[in-house]
Amino acid sequence: MNSRRAWHEALVATLPVMFGYLPLGAAFGILAGEVGVPVWGAALMSLTIYAGAGQFLALAGVGAGAGLTEVAVATLMLNSRHLFYGLSLLGRFEGAGWRKPYLIFALTDETYSLLTSQPRHTADPAQAFRISLLNQGWWVLGSLAGALAGAALTFDSRGIEFVLTALFIVLTLEQARRLRRGLPFGIALICGLGALLLLPERHLLLGAIGSASLILLAHYRWSTTPRTETSA
Amino acid sequence: MTLTALLTFIAVCALATFAARVLPFVALARQAEHPLILHLGRYLPPAVMLILVIYALRDFRPLIEGRLNAGPQGWPLVIASALVVGLHLWRRHALVSILGGTATYMAMIQLGWMP
Repeated sequence: MNSRRAWHEALVATLPVMFGYLPLGAAFGILAGEVGVPVWGAALMSLTIYAGAGQFLALAGVGAGAGLTEVAVATLMLNSRHLFYGLSLLGRFEGAGWRKPYLIFALTDETYSLLTSQPRHTADPAQAFRISLLNQGWWVLGSLAGALAGAALTFDSRGIEFVLTALFIVLTLEQARRLRRGLPFGIALICGLGALLLLPERHLLLGAIGSASLILLAHYRWSTTPRTETSA
Repeated sequence: MTLTALLTFIAVCALATFAARVLPFVALARQAEHPLILHLGRYLPPAVMLILVIYALRDFRPLIEGRLNAGPQGWPLVIASALVVGLHLWRRHALVSILGGTATYMAMIQLGWMP
């Protein structure tokens, strides 16, 4: 696959993320201006932190004058679901060479979803790198636009956040088509609805993804134990 | 906030975010071929995907609110999601499904249409 075509394919794959990241990034940029963060500060945050909810949390920290330890702990807690993302990408990122640090740095929910849904032939590290880079590009562009234009940026974008919901729905259907097994979806339903009922909103994602990982771990132990017993 | 304070603040946030993302790669660098890691690599992504859907639809909470159409985004969320699923099963064109569902959702929200 030549490089032009590869970039074009990556661009098409990231379009849904673009429609989500541009307005969300703009919202971040506008809010940054409102709590007194300069334009370059907002851009620097999107370049170096690169985490949707994490950056909004950081702005709240700036606004409230939070301590550094407090901010570090809160950021770690908020992003701890990414621990589990890494677990399922260990093999995929092996042999990514110089691209690997960036691939790990840029692993947002949306990028993780796109990368794990790519068909096998385009799952090479170079393509993963293009997709990751474009996604962060949309995010930085949106933040910059929001920070520069401030509240003057008022086109009616209410409801556009649904684009990321739609992306996750489509990727779930694609995963189901590829895997053809109910197991992970059953676990996700139980953990997702359970967390929705039992946990406060800020712990919802971590609780659901953490418990799903633990159940998968238990399932692995349970499904491999008989085999080792019979072979022993 | 002074310049140094802002830069320190951003650096701390950046490091904490990266730490969460890089930890498994550092801690389990030699375990990539372990059957348990392969097991998680196979089943965790689809589970995470569905959890992200459930999380994104959390404003529709009939179980908690006790009514079928709970929350101001209740019905638009359900209708637009069903449309995305329908479009995707029908045409299997990711962009068409995503943009069709989103345009419908935005129209319902902005026009204030609630059945």
